[in-house]
Amino acid sequence: MTPLVFVALAAAGGVGAATRFVVDGAVKARIRGSYPVGTTVINVSGSLLLGLITGLALTHLLADDWRLVLGGGFLGGYTTFSTASFETVRLVQNRRRGAALANGLGMMIASVAAALLGLWLGSLA
Amino acid sequence: MTEPPEPAAASGADAHGELPIDSDVIAAGRSEPRPPHLRAAYIGLVAVGGMLGTALREAISLIVPVVGGFPVAIFGINVLGAFVLGGLLELLALRGPDEGRRRRIRLFAGTGVLGGFTTYSAFATDTAQLLGDGAFAVALLYAFATLIAGALASWGGIVVGMRVGRDRRIRPAAPEQRS
Repeated sequence: MTPLVFVALAAAGGVGAATRFVVDGAVKARIRGSYPVGTTVINVSGSLLLGLITGLALTHLLADDWRLVLGGGFLGGYTTFSTASFETVRLVQNRRRGAALANGLGMMIASVAAALLGLWLGSLA
Repeated sequence: MTEPPEPAAASGADAHGELPIDSDVIAAGRSEPRPPHLRAAYIGLVAVGGMLGTALREAISLIVPVVGGFPVAIFGINVLGAFVLGGLLELLALRGPDEGRRRRIRLFAGTGVLGGFTTYSAFATDTAQLLGDGAFAVALLYAFATLIAGALASWGGIVVGMRVGRDRRIRPAAPEQRS
């Protein structure tokens, strides 16, 4: 990886994190209640897009530098594991076991399915 | 932004009086002129933090190799990030309400640095690729090891944050905010 690609990747990560902050706030402003829907929306959509980008790069429709900047940078910064895990534990601590299971296992299954869909779509292109 | 009073029929339990499940939920309060996620200074803090976290994640990913198809680097990054975020949010909550300097620290270090450091899309896509390659055992091991170790790390971080926060509060400090 060239230094330029590394810097671009890091900057894209900053943009991704800011996008997550804005999307999460926008989801929260519309959907009331304490279930963390925003993080689920972000992680599932980000996984779909990374699957797609990875699929496009595997079929050589997308240059590898772009895969790194958009995938590892933007989508890496956009999606987050730490918040998802924290929110699952907070749901467990509040004895909301069903919601915790949905936020932990459910989000993982949905994100992996979204990534598989993205990979498949990318391979069709 | 003025909104009509919420109808009493609004669904969902009220989350007052405790550390929120969702770390940003306090930030959605209406006492401010503009919601935090639309304020340029906050967005900038998250962006700079996210850039640093992403750079750190990429540097570690470049150094630590994949072992037998298992993405060791991302696994370690996600578990470590979950632990530190748990500790950070608990410490901040013990010190007082989410406002002023505490909010800026949370947005920079939590939402920004740790949010950018950890990643869900790489976790999901690596798992999907392992499944696609027929490496079902490694895929399941990776998925469940991340999920379980991440949850234990978040919980451990919260416990450590609580202990450190309590020790600091022996001297007169911020008023207690937790119920």
